[in-house]
Amino acid sequence: MKIKEVKELLNAEILNGIDQLEEEVYSACGSDLMSDVLAFVKHQGLLLTGLNNLQVVRTADMMDIRAIVFVRGKKPDEEIINLAKRKDMIVMTTEEPLYSACGKLYSAGLKK
Amino acid sequence: MTDEILSLNYQVNGSDLQSAGVASSDVKKVLRKLGVSPEIIRKVAISMYEAEINMVIHANGGTIDVSISPEQIKVVLADNGPGIANIDLAMKEGYSTAPQTIREMGFGAGMGLPNIKKYADIMNITSELGKGTTVEIIVNIPQ
Ligand SMILES: Nc1ncnc2c1ncn2[C@@H]1O[C@H](COP(=O)(O)OP(=O)(O)OP(=O)(O)O)[C@@H](O)[C@H]1O
Ligand SMILES: [Mg+2]
Repeated sequence: MKIKEVKELLNAEILNGIDQLEEEVYSACGSDLMSDVLAFVKHQGLLLTGLNNLQVVRTADMMDIRAIVFVRGKKPDEEIINLAKRKDMIVMTTEEPLYSACGKLYSAGLKK
Repeated sequence: MTDEILSLNYQVNGSDLQSAGVASSDVKKVLRKLGVSPEIIRKVAISMYEAEINMVIHANGGTIDVSISPEQIKVVLADNGPGIANIDLAMKEGYSTAPQTIREMGFGAGMGLPNIKKYADIMNITSELGKGTTVEIIVNIPQ
């Protein structure tokens, strides 16, 4: 699924990577537990989370995650966005809660 | 070619949870520059990051020594923290003594040590109560 479709489905605001809307993600994971992300996430997909701290980006970086969606209206601060910029990671924020954000992407064909 | 060893050393600040993971991120970058394969980088990055986070949240920081040879990557994380009373118990999935503040950041599920074991080819952990803990991670590079 293209980043621009993710953005549209979730009515999300892009906070980093506006020039990367044509990028594809092939998998996604919704979690508020970084421990789980580190233990189970396969690779290079999209991470949806209700957490809002620097370790989200660091964890995503370790897992080669391409894009992070902060759900429930969480707005990461400048430090978080700057780190994502340095790691060339796409960051967006949506008002949707985690459950429905994942549901919408899943129904639209972004599986696992 | 075993003599070709690259060493990297890091001081990990235990009072700054925000910067936990900086060393792992740096090692990942170095390995990528060296042309190490993505699967190997992933094994090193995840296991080292888990141990680095542990060092910050459970042991107030410490030192990390990384040595990279053509055959293997070795990461030694040593701290002067409280030590681990029962290593077998600590290695169990789900066992955690992490405080609420850490859980709120998304950690403290008791998955870290088991995850290191999963991703490292060799993991050695030694600990002495009141003295500290040393975690050694070895990832082999297939020849
Ligand atoms: N360096 C350390 N010094 C002291 N105690 C440690 C250290 N590393 C781990 N422990 C102890 O072992 C327990 C299990 O560690 P583990 O990494 O598996 O889980 P966690 O850090 O609590 O949670 P998670 O890794 O899922 O975020 C910890 O809760 C802590 O009690
Ligand atoms: Mg841990």
